[in-house]
Amino acid sequence: MPQLQTFDVASIRAEFPILAREVHGRPLVYLDNAASAQKPRVVIDTLRDVYEREYSNVHRAAHELSAATTERFEAARRTVQRFLNAPEDRECIFVRGTTEAINLVSNSWGRANLKPGDEILITAMEHHSNIVPWQMICQQTGAKLVVAPMDQTGTLLMPEFEKRLSPRTKLLACVHVSNALGTINPIAEMARRAKAVGAVVLVDGAQAVPHSRIDVQALGVDFYAFSGHKVYGPSGIGVLWGRAELLEAMPPWQGGGEMIKSVSFEKTTYAGLPHRFEAGTPNIADSIALGAALEYVSKLGLDAIEAYEHELLQYATAQVAQIKGLRVIGTSPRKAGVLGFVLDGIHAADAGMILDQQGIAVRVGQHCAEPVMDFFKVQATIRASFAFYNTRAEVDALVAGIRKVQELFS
Amino acid sequence: MTIAERQQAVIDEFNAIADWEERYRRIIEYGRTLPAMEDAHKTDKNKVKGCQSTVWLHAAMKEGRMALQGDSDAMIVRGLIALLFKVYDGATPIEATATPPDFINEIGLGRNLSQTRANGLAAMVKQIKLYAAVFQAMQR
Repeated sequence: MPQLQTFDVASIRAEFPILAREVHGRPLVYLDNAASAQKPRVVIDTLRDVYEREYSNVHRAAHELSAATTERFEAARRTVQRFLNAPEDRECIFVRGTTEAINLVSNSWGRANLKPGDEILITAMEHHSNIVPWQMICQQTGAKLVVAPMDQTGTLLMPEFEKRLSPRTKLLACVHVSNALGTINPIAEMARRAKAVGAVVLVDGAQAVPHSRIDVQALGVDFYAFSGHKVYGPSGIGVLWGRAELLEAMPPWQGGGEMIKSVSFEKTTYAGLPHRFEAGTPNIADSIALGAALEYVSKLGLDAIEAYEHELLQYATAQVAQIKGLRVIGTSPRKAGVLGFVLDGIHAADAGMILDQQGIAVRVGQHCAEPVMDFFKVQATIRASFAFYNTRAEVDALVAGIRKVQELFS
Repeated sequence: MTIAERQQAVIDEFNAIADWEERYRRIIEYGRTLPAMEDAHKTDKNKVKGCQSTVWLHAAMKEGRMALQGDSDAMIVRGLIALLFKVYDGATPIEATATPPDFINEIGLGRNLSQTRANGLAAMVKQIKLYAAVFQAMQR
């Protein structure tokens, strides 16, 4: 593996202070990256630097500090633009995270464009945050939610997907990488087919952005949403990218300061992009630190990250395959980051507690994807999810940890 | 034994076990021996659904004392229910209301068990206290 030689995990790990700590007297083995990733020193330092040196409100530049903060805030937006290969920086809206991004589109675009008889197409592997906002907007507009099924490996059934596309399909809202299964959806192809029937395409990129290079123009989508905290940035900040043409036609969702051009008691005119969708004082410091996180992963190289993580996931999959009584949930040929499994006769919650005692952090439960659990007829799964700072030795620790779980419950 | 003594006995029993593995083995053992809950009581009304596991709790009054039945789909949680019952089953409603489940924090099981939103145990403790309060009110 030539990539492994150019990817120096030991020095990368040294940049993440938290990875050096112990849990229950054992070295931390952090395999819950799909829930939230840890932060490199540059992100932590950026946050501190903003608050210690250059903090003020933005876009109200009557003084030097505000001008400097505004400059850094807008520079972060340009970093996001480059990271997604978005055509324009004003198309990148800072939001709290993927969930808020999807709610913004459903409330603004959805309310303005959906009517009875219209359909929203999602897939069977969505996170609740790409189901519930659409159910809510369907209730309000009379539109209908349609679900494209997957097969037993957790792969989207393309013919079934195509069957559900029609001129009634106004929106395709789908996950790029499944948080519960790790499946990578063929977004470019799905978008092409959805566009052919005139649908708008929104992608939940929360689990894709940390693992591979994203090019929204090459994907051919209209909206792309992601969360900062899963891509090594702060929590509470995320991005909605949308094509300018669509965003400009959308009514604001929240009203307040920042988002207006002029206000009188008779009439308010709204600001242009991106400010129209950023009512109130934004999350200034976290936006700037998100920029630092995106620059950090870009410098490591998303292609190198993808290659390293792919190899690690393959190694982990091969290792757990040797454990009797373990069944992997999510065996799609194209996967990223996630290894979900169940153990015969052992509840996922029990396994999680015993792994935790060994310093191994995984997520157990339904992963905010109850329909996925129902499909695979499991109550819950154990999910190990990987980042580029994880190692083969940590995979080995996981395997040993699982064997300990089985021993305790035998 | 008073309820406080029963709780102390649980704390002493677990604090005497130095090794985390053995502590968990003991809890798992308690989980396996928790008396089965009558199916008639395994209703949605008695169910507390957590993100990770589900618990059921039924309480009745017998001769002025609380009679508890419970279950969980997770074995360690079943064990913790058994420990809860060691303390609260057979207690009077007044005793139950006045006794916080300190043992959960004191037997060194780690924070993931004491922060029990996910496994439904916190809800179960709350429910026991709620039943106790209701029984207490009914006795007046």
